[in-house]
Amino acid sequence: MSGSRSTGAGVAKGAATMSDRPADVRVHDFREVDTGLTPAEAIAEAERCLQCKKPLCVRGCPVCIDIPAFVREVADGNFPGAARALKEQNMLPAICGRVCPQETQCEGVCILGNKETPIRIGALERFVADWERRNGAELPGTARPTGKRVAVVGSGPAGLTAAAELARAGHAVTVFESLHEGGGVLTYGIPAFRLPKDVVRAELDQVLALGVRLKKNHVVGRSVSVDELLGYDAVFLATGAGLPAFMCIPGENLNGVYSANEFLTRVNLMHADAFPEFDTPVLHGARVAVVGGGNVAMDSARVARRLGAKVSLIYRRGEEEMPARKAEVEHAREEGIEFLTCTNPTRILGEQCVSGIECVKMSLCGMDASGRPSPKPIEGSEFTLDVDMVIQAIGTSPNPLLVSLIPGLERGRRGNVVVDENGRTSIPHVYAGGDIATGAATVIEAMGSAKRAAAAIDAMLKEE
Amino acid sequence: MNQLYKVELATRLADRVYEYWIRAPQVAQHARAGQFIILRLHEAGERIPLTISAVRGDAVRVIFMAVGKTTQELATLRAGNSIKDVVGPLGKPSEIANYGTCCVIGGGVGIASTPLIAKELKSAGNHVIGIIGARNADLLILEDEMREVCDELHITTDDGSKGIHGFASDVLKKLLEEQTINRVWIVGPAIMMKVTSGVTVPYGVKTYVSLNPIMVDGTGMCGSCRVTVGGETKFACVDGPEFDAHQVDFTELMQRQRIYTGQEKVSIERFAEHRCRCGEGGGHHE
Repeated sequence: MSGSRSTGAGVAKGAATMSDRPADVRVHDFREVDTGLTPAEAIAEAERCLQCKKPLCVRGCPVCIDIPAFVREVADGNFPGAARALKEQNMLPAICGRVCPQETQCEGVCILGNKETPIRIGALERFVADWERRNGAELPGTARPTGKRVAVVGSGPAGLTAAAELARAGHAVTVFESLHEGGGVLTYGIPAFRLPKDVVRAELDQVLALGVRLKKNHVVGRSVSVDELLGYDAVFLATGAGLPAFMCIPGENLNGVYSANEFLTRVNLMHADAFPEFDTPVLHGARVAVVGGGNVAMDSARVARRLGAKVSLIYRRGEEEMPARKAEVEHAREEGIEFLTCTNPTRILGEQCVSGIECVKMSLCGMDASGRPSPKPIEGSEFTLDVDMVIQAIGTSPNPLLVSLIPGLERGRRGNVVVDENGRTSIPHVYAGGDIATGAATVIEAMGSAKRAAAAIDAMLKEE
Repeated sequence: MNQLYKVELATRLADRVYEYWIRAPQVAQHARAGQFIILRLHEAGERIPLTISAVRGDAVRVIFMAVGKTTQELATLRAGNSIKDVVGPLGKPSEIANYGTCCVIGGGVGIASTPLIAKELKSAGNHVIGIIGARNADLLILEDEMREVCDELHITTDDGSKGIHGFASDVLKKLLEEQTINRVWIVGPAIMMKVTSGVTVPYGVKTYVSLNPIMVDGTGMCGSCRVTVGGETKFACVDGPEFDAHQVDFTELMQRQRIYTGQEKVSIERFAEHRCRCGEGGGHHE
């Protein structure tokens, strides 16, 4: 995701403009859409900051970055100082600068937004992190070793954040990752054109440089026993919301129907876009339907577009109700994705392979439990779309593989691990955070919950 | 941390069939009958599942037929070479208990899975009958091992070059007519499992088959391996790989196994070309 977003029109005087590569160019590759700020643009943007005495932006940040402090350093041209200020609270700034929904967080509450446009905090965060990565990163200090061992399960945003915090507090941290690469959803889920993989790897390496051990190819509950896991002084579960939902409509198991997870994993993790140089294949649909309206749906549509497809995105509510970031909806539209809103698939057609998708138009009436308009099918409005591939991006739920194996671990109705505000589970030294606790949410919310849990774990270990 | 997984022993068992022992302590320590590993040969490799056939110390054994690009490439590795990634044991272990009399059936390279299942059933107190079948005598593998762990062993070949001239299903049918069998395991190609498990339907004998759909992560994350069992969608990697044979939609399984047939062909041709250029003719295993 572009860190934050320039709309082009309406940008206030003095606000730097991030440059998106032209849509007709970028749909032919997986390089980053947004090229970022130049140092001069960054300084100019940072100088707009009012340096509020009671900064609302900090309260809007789930990981409590001292935003005025790092922005001031940027304005002074002190980029190493800015990086230091950022990493005090957030070890993954290049990632957050790109994928956080700043418009509903720090930038959403920026006082400048009342009159002109908010400070482009995400763009500045990204700039500082990118600058540091290119010019040699400085590691934050770590406390003296405490002799306590902490196991973190999962190396996605929550796992990495907790690992970094706990390592800085002096604990010996081991992170278990089931895949052959670390990063979780940052690696397998978010495409390179929103989050380049060298950026993920560099920030992951920074966390490891704090002394964190990463054990890849280790599935806890299978290659590491639950007893071994519970033998650590503290455990942080961050296994994510990995289980893909299917719509349960006829035709879902035809060849050419993917979960977004599978489609994105094949491309992002396994590099199927570069088949046959890479061994993993992926189908290249000529006409692809993507079902869903979230960021993952936008990612899937835009990846399919880059593999050469004409893409239609099917969403059951209106565009206003799409959970995706506005910037991503806009990016998708620029890249030629067709939006079929107030539309819902009823079945997928085909003999062995997909040949079409039957949909029905929806009317929006009343409000549902989530406070959004409730979609109802309009009788007789069925129509068929000729497609040869369908990607379902209708959500994921907590992965039950490990958490179902831990005796006494309380789980909620949706399979999530039940936690208090500090990430404590029903087992005294076991904590959880990220999507496994909250259900599918954003990268930064996962990181916020991980930070709170890490603080609670640290307090618990120091009490002992 | 960059742990590599060393090939400890590489042996050719039959035409295009190989036995590899791979050092992977975290897999070996926890592996049970019915489980599998996923391996990735190198940075550009794909992830493929292979059943765990045996365990010895820190090493696991896999037996495979070199038919796809990755298995062909795997077959070029020699003892001492390394594999980039090995993860496991994945999937649920076989449901081992004392049932009475159990029949464990392997077809072709599927025989690889049977000694471990038979051994665990035997340890649980069952009378274990083994049936192993192959196209011909040369392709019949693990006969000695199966003879050791089974109370009785039947051998079939399609061409009659060894044992009974016919299929495992013929032997199973005869056994069911003669005696009570409480549980049946069948591991082999999808079509063989479909046909053979059909035999136990009229007898109402609970029959397990080990399904081998296409997988990516193997931890329930992608849904590539989804199969229909009893009208419900299941993920073979975490809900299986063993399922009640009488509930499995084999037609759909076989259809989904063919998704990438076209790409697989491209991969294999490209690999063959590469091997020619590099002057590798194979034959390291003789």
